[in-house]
Amino acid sequence: MKYSYFPGCSLEKNAASYDVSTRAVASRLGMQFTEVEDWNCCGATEYVSLNLTAAYSLIARNLAQATKNAGLDQVVAPCSACYLNLRKADKVLGQDAGLADRVGKALAAGGLSYKPGSLHIRHLLDVLYQDIGLEALGAAVTKPLSGLRIAPYYGCMIVRPSFHNGDDDPEYPTSLDKILKALGAEVVDYPMKAHCCGGHMTQISEASGFEMIRRLIKGADDYQTDVIATICPMCQLNLDGFQGAMNRHFSTNYHIPVLYFTQLIGLAMGMAPKDVGIGDEIVSSAKALIKIGTAVEPEPAGPPKRKKDDKSLPMPGRGGGVA
Amino acid sequence: MSDERFEPKIIAFLCNWCSYRAADLAGTARMKYQPNIRTIRVMCSGRVDPSFVLKAFSLGADGVMIAGCHPGECHYLEQNYKAMRRYEMLRHTLLAMGMEDHRLRLQWASAAEGKALSEAINEMIEQVRALGPLNWPGLWSENGGHQAAIERLPHEHAEAREVSA
Amino acid sequence: MSEKVGVYICHCGSNIAGTVDVVELAKFAGELPGVTVSREYKFMCSSLGQELVAEDIKKQGLTRVVVGACSPHLHEKTFRRACATAGLNPYLMQMVSLREQVSWVTEDKALALDKAKAMISGGVRRVQLQEELEPTPVPVNPNTLVVGAGVAGIQASLELADAGYPVFLVEREPSIGGHMAQFDKTFPTLDCSACILTPKMSDVGTHEKITLLSYAEVEEVTGFVGNFHVRIRKRARGVDEVDCTGCGICIEKCPRKVVDDVFEAGMGYRKAIYRPFPQAVPKFPVIDRANCTFYERGTCKACEKFCPTNAIRFDQEDAFLDLDVGNIILATGWDLFDARRLSQFGYGRLANVFTNLEFERLCNAAGPTDGRIVLRDGVTEPKSIALVHCVGSRDKKTNPQCSAVCCMAALKFGHLVMEKTQAEVTSFYIDIRAPHKNYEEFYDRLQDEGMHFVRGRVAEVTDAARLPDEEGKLIVQVEDTLIGKQRRMPFDMVVLMSGLQPRADAREVGLRFGISCSMDGWFTERHPKLDPVATMTDGIFIAGVCQGPKDIPDSVAQGAAAASRIQGMIARGTVMIEPVVATIHEENCSGCRICNNLCPFNAIEFLAEKSVSYINAALCKGCGTCVAACPAQAITGAHFNNQQINAEIEGLLYDAVRGNGGAPKPVAVPA
Repeated sequence: MKYSYFPGCSLEKNAASYDVSTRAVASRLGMQFTEVEDWNCCGATEYVSLNLTAAYSLIARNLAQATKNAGLDQVVAPCSACYLNLRKADKVLGQDAGLADRVGKALAAGGLSYKPGSLHIRHLLDVLYQDIGLEALGAAVTKPLSGLRIAPYYGCMIVRPSFHNGDDDPEYPTSLDKILKALGAEVVDYPMKAHCCGGHMTQISEASGFEMIRRLIKGADDYQTDVIATICPMCQLNLDGFQGAMNRHFSTNYHIPVLYFTQLIGLAMGMAPKDVGIGDEIVSSAKALIKIGTAVEPEPAGPPKRKKDDKSLPMPGRGGGVA
Repeated sequence: MSDERFEPKIIAFLCNWCSYRAADLAGTARMKYQPNIRTIRVMCSGRVDPSFVLKAFSLGADGVMIAGCHPGECHYLEQNYKAMRRYEMLRHTLLAMGMEDHRLRLQWASAAEGKALSEAINEMIEQVRALGPLNWPGLWSENGGHQAAIERLPHEHAEAREVSA
Repeated sequence: MSEKVGVYICHCGSNIAGTVDVVELAKFAGELPGVTVSREYKFMCSSLGQELVAEDIKKQGLTRVVVGACSPHLHEKTFRRACATAGLNPYLMQMVSLREQVSWVTEDKALALDKAKAMISGGVRRVQLQEELEPTPVPVNPNTLVVGAGVAGIQASLELADAGYPVFLVEREPSIGGHMAQFDKTFPTLDCSACILTPKMSDVGTHEKITLLSYAEVEEVTGFVGNFHVRIRKRARGVDEVDCTGCGICIEKCPRKVVDDVFEAGMGYRKAIYRPFPQAVPKFPVIDRANCTFYERGTCKACEKFCPTNAIRFDQEDAFLDLDVGNIILATGWDLFDARRLSQFGYGRLANVFTNLEFERLCNAAGPTDGRIVLRDGVTEPKSIALVHCVGSRDKKTNPQCSAVCCMAALKFGHLVMEKTQAEVTSFYIDIRAPHKNYEEFYDRLQDEGMHFVRGRVAEVTDAARLPDEEGKLIVQVEDTLIGKQRRMPFDMVVLMSGLQPRADAREVGLRFGISCSMDGWFTERHPKLDPVATMTDGIFIAGVCQGPKDIPDSVAQGAAAASRIQGMIARGTVMIEPVVATIHEENCSGCRICNNLCPFNAIEFLAEKSVSYINAALCKGCGTCVAACPAQAITGAHFNNQQINAEIEGLLYDAVRGNGGAPKPVAVPA
């Protein structure tokens, strides 16, 4: 099965483990990914509300570039925001003739063109669920994730607006649940699974952002979750990267690791944790993964960071500036 | 300008239970549509003999609409499916004979769909207007054609049965 | 032969005359070939208008009449009658719709007149080829079949039986009573539902004119109004109804318990041999073979061992009954909307989310908790209850209709909760629909009693607590539109007012009887305003919720209305069958049998000895499909034959470039 692959900016850096695990899992399942040539940022979430033509031109450039992959009309995007942007642009440009015209001119200026409807844009979750299927996934499992309680977290962009989520229920989606079940895990009936993680809220209003993160983590904790499985780098960043800050803000003590679902698929297929980017996450999954017998070397702890208001004097015997 | 505008004449066969009532509803609700359409009430869309359609075209109609109940809702249970089958055959035959598509139209309309029917009528009138007058020299009226053939039929039957085995 | 046609153009006040120049039109009509007299008049449907026609028929010897007026659906009968009283066969009259089809839908007056001329021209040509037809009287069998023994079916049966006419009442479930038997109290009187229903049920069970066929279904229906033949399948109860005394020992001794999905709405249990509820009519229990040890493994037989009258019959088989009835009433009721389809309310996932039907069973003193309102653990009394309106109603994604009864049921629940417990109860509504007698007063009463109301659609019911006081509760997330704020309100219990839906097999059942369902799945009535209990098929009536959501008083009224219509027909003794039927001319039939499979009413049969096909006029409904299909044109459709329709086409296109003139000639068929 051949696809054009659109990693998006996040997968380059902070979600590198998503990219690594996706590629590892894809090749094991017989999927061939051809990266879109010279792709650019999809514009994430805010651009569309500032300048419609510029925003859609930015997105459409990717679509135009993707058409250069001869014979490949399916484009896979692991990131929910990239996926939604590409999908939405394809739909909107097909409906709004005026916008399509302006965007067309912008693309033409770069020697590019795109005909709305010529590509099928897919989220990686949908591709694994529909094209690969639960049976094939189950057959590839050599180390089932038995005993590991996983909360499937879809985030909001893959289920809303409902024009793109196919058959999955926008209020209570189940495709990821079923995939995790096929991996042998204990799937948590996570009530917050389709609730928003807050997106960039942490940058706009920290308190609101943290509250949204707290609700999600608390919801998972209430259901005795070992690991939260995500399908979107933004969600992962919020729940993982900001978990500590959120804990400090609320004086709570949650410790729930947040992994990409492809990392979990990789582990179930018997891949080594390092090969699927385990260890990159900030809230360590080491303890949780012991449950499935996966020995993960926790990274050796560096010297403890000094807090800003720490007035204590250093202990003797510490190295310090001596050559 | 308007004197030169081509005004198509369209004949519509409306089934008594659904589409005729839809047309009535369009009337009761005062929904306006163009007057180029002239309606004939039949009990069911299944009654529409393809020869009616041909007769209409040959007598000067530029378009013919057959309207019935939605599939599954025919008052006579399934007769609109038969109308559908006949329509498909007839449509292909007419296309093969060189008639443009859209001059014959099959339209489903439930008794509650006055608006939908009036919109479909307007749409069809514009489509046929764009196609222009039907350029099909009909022979029915000129040589008695259909009527004469029908009149001969029973006599031919009677003659056929006289032939010994 | 030439006819003398009278043309009458109606002004209909200004409805037609305001747009179409009726004087000009009448003048035009007067000049058409075959027209003897042409008039225009203000209101043709008035008695003066009708007299005008009658006079002309008598004085001018008219042989045909054309009335250009409103839709034939309104006044075709009126003018047919006017002709008949003047001695002219009513089928020699043709109505041309100048109002709904011309004046009301055309803006330009000149164009409207052109169209009107064409329509009149079509009618004038057609009418000259119309033939005299006589309706056929058929006797009406005084037996009636009532399908469905909920409150509507029960009412209909009792009315017919009390009038002295035999009724066959068929009910799918082992007992009659329908959904009403499941309810606790009824609004607005707070009468106990079973208390007002069981006397009627008991009457049905003992009435000498009612043959109750319970645990039975209708397999096949043939025939026509006044003369239906019905085949009923009486399912095997496993109990002999002659020997069984209804003592109930078999039920006591049966060791198998199963969840009762039907009567107890999944909230309670019953045995493998069971009666749906204690006051079941008939009293005979039924063996649920799917869950009975004997049918699974051949052992147990406890019921047989303990039955004092040896009434258990494990080998009993389904029996078939063939009945002749004159009329049929369908009163098949409704299904409850499956609240699992709206996953945001958590029904099926969150333990303490209930449906309205489940809640009725909770409240009912004969229910699984003896009338105690408790949580799913069967023990804890809730201190706060939320009632969510419009679950699966007024919703474009599921059912767009309003289910008519849920607002009142919610008020009723509120009252019962406050009467039986100390709980606070809150209704989450869009509108409070309280249209009928004493309903609005009931709403006032509940407001006085302290029920809370929040106007807003519930977005979500969740157990994901955010704050300490939400822990362990069900949180209702709602926009309180009257104060313009989002609210999260914790409750112990949430009751979803699930909507009413057509039965899952409504379309299939309708087809079996020859009636159709509308797009929303309810049976189609003849006219939603003026004829809600009749259907387009003569002799088949509908009553109760199967026609559309309604409350108990309306269901009872419809049951009575259907019964009354039938009583009228039986009293007259005969019913007239419309003569608009098809006939096969044997001489022209080659026996190709193409028509045989085209009739959904099985009116066409093949006569092997003669090698021709034959149409049973009594079964023919006059659709004309076979007429159009016959390759030899050997079938004539009365009142809609080829010559008439062709003449109408000619008339409509009289002004077309290649138009023709002259009166159309009828075709003579050799004897």
